[in-house]
Amino acid sequence: MVNTQRWAAVGLFLFTVLVLVPLAISASGRVDLYYTLTSVALLSIASGGVWLTFYIGRINIGQGAFALVGGYVSALLVTQGGISFWWTLPLAGIFCALLAVLIGLPILRLRGVYFAMVTLVLTEVSRLSALALPFTNGAKGITSIPLPSELQVFGVTLIPAFTRMDNPKLAFYLMAVVMMVLTFAVLWRIVNSRLGHLCRSLQQNEELASSIGVNIAYLRVLAYAISSFLGGIAGASFVAISQSLYPSSFQTTDSVNFMLNCFLGGLGFVFGPMLGTLLLYFGWDLLFATGRFQLLIYSSLMIALMLWLPNGVLSLMDRKGGKP
Amino acid sequence: MEQVVVNGLYLGAQYALIALGLTLIFSLMNVLNFAHGQMYVLGGFVTYTVVSQFGLPFIVGLLASGIVLAAIGALVEKYLFRPVIRNSKREESTMLLAAGIAFFLDAVILLLFGEKQRGLPKIVDGVFNWDFIVVMPYDRILIGLLAIAMVAVFILFMQHSKTGRAMRALAQDKVAARLMGVDVDRYSMIGFALGAMLAGIVGGLLVTITGINLGMGGPTSINAFMMIMIGGAGVISGAILGGFILGMMESVGLTLLASSGEITYLVIFASLMVFLALRPQGLMGKPWG
Repeated sequence: MVNTQRWAAVGLFLFTVLVLVPLAISASGRVDLYYTLTSVALLSIASGGVWLTFYIGRINIGQGAFALVGGYVSALLVTQGGISFWWTLPLAGIFCALLAVLIGLPILRLRGVYFAMVTLVLTEVSRLSALALPFTNGAKGITSIPLPSELQVFGVTLIPAFTRMDNPKLAFYLMAVVMMVLTFAVLWRIVNSRLGHLCRSLQQNEELASSIGVNIAYLRVLAYAISSFLGGIAGASFVAISQSLYPSSFQTTDSVNFMLNCFLGGLGFVFGPMLGTLLLYFGWDLLFATGRFQLLIYSSLMIALMLWLPNGVLSLMDRKGGKP
Repeated sequence: MEQVVVNGLYLGAQYALIALGLTLIFSLMNVLNFAHGQMYVLGGFVTYTVVSQFGLPFIVGLLASGIVLAAIGALVEKYLFRPVIRNSKREESTMLLAAGIAFFLDAVILLLFGEKQRGLPKIVDGVFNWDFIVVMPYDRILIGLLAIAMVAVFILFMQHSKTGRAMRALAQDKVAARLMGVDVDRYSMIGFALGAMLAGIVGGLLVTITGINLGMGGPTSINAFMMIMIGGAGVISGAILGGFILGMMESVGLTLLASSGEITYLVIFASLMVFLALRPQGLMGKPWG
């Protein structure tokens, strides 16, 4: 019974985002919404990664760094190496994951605020490196990156070239949504597996987990690598959409926002980061009409939300007794 | 060389004062105050308004900054942090609140004071010149000495007053302090007010030298985070040490690598990460503080 309900919910969600939303947008003519929704989907992928590090009990304010690295890997491979975007996407993710293993091995020994602050510094390091390294083109950034070309596997065209499409915005939207759905399906699977149980044991007490034979060093590096993989592919996709990349594309504010998305949705819920991203991004956009009071109202709402629902928006479901 | 050391000491003194407020709040409540930089900026604007708009002497402006920020800190602790800490399942939730407060203060500063860079004229004229080995404007020397004096007063206060003792007890062990009859709520509020006040006073001091603008809040917070990480979060001696070390590193780095400021910070950040990987609790901190 619960299972059919769950599948029905998933089906309804897929139907909504893949069919209803595009239909509604084309009916209302608000084509700009595609860009907004694509951004929400991509940002929620990166936030999902941050959420996974929260799940092992670490506060990660460094996702902006990996988004930036992923973006640069993809942009450099596309512009310098002439490789198709579709191949650079996983490569960017894998590069970020390897980088995360390298960085994570020493810094994952840190806990609490120390880890949070080191990751915050990591974002600054990545921005400054992008400015200083010889091949990143400094503050001028990388511009006029071509749109994704077609993806062929054994001569069969899976994804047509974006340049020849009537509506690349819709294509980007569908791509981002599909990636988001896959990401959260994977996250959900991880959480509801043996790995997820082990991660929860890390969140509660690392020493205890270690004493009963959990390989904590391996687990936390693994979680951090998955998290950074997601950050990398989100960054790479963003670059493909905006067709440009600067050292300031992902900054400390973005890293902080990724973290806030998780808090807002609720740290105890897999789909928390998705909802959090949607609320924060749309909230900010909707308040644009209020002009110079935008930031004031936005921050007041954020504080108010924190006072009433300190465990995230999805904790409302807890009160009603429903299961997340 | 002497010049570099003196510059570093001057930078370090003001940094130490900022880090002290942040570390005090952290040690008492385990809250990483993201809004610390914004409190500093607000303090600068209060002093600016009192001195240049109302024409009152500088010291009155400084006092006003301290009082306004202490009041804001006390209110923020009592009506925002306390209920959130009580109701949330995970301690980290306070970070969202702190970030929200940072945005809120940014918005308030924007609406009240605008986005222009503001500064006050020098409070003392003239330049100290020791055979061109050390050249330092008198007002910087004065501000540096004032900052050092305030650090000293703060330490004396924490060591020898009843309030200071209570706060140190709280930082050491909350449960034990409560059992000994320390009013946790009251001293948390006083501590937060004191931390915010320190941030405000530094802002007031620096408005005469570097001036102040809206965008300074975030970077100041990050700098302050780094200082307390170097020294060890929640430890007062660590914050002072961290402030002076960062000041010295900036001073040396900007002299050696004068051509590009970015590389200096890159080196500072990178060495900080290596340092923390080797010694996670900072110089003076207790493990997993």
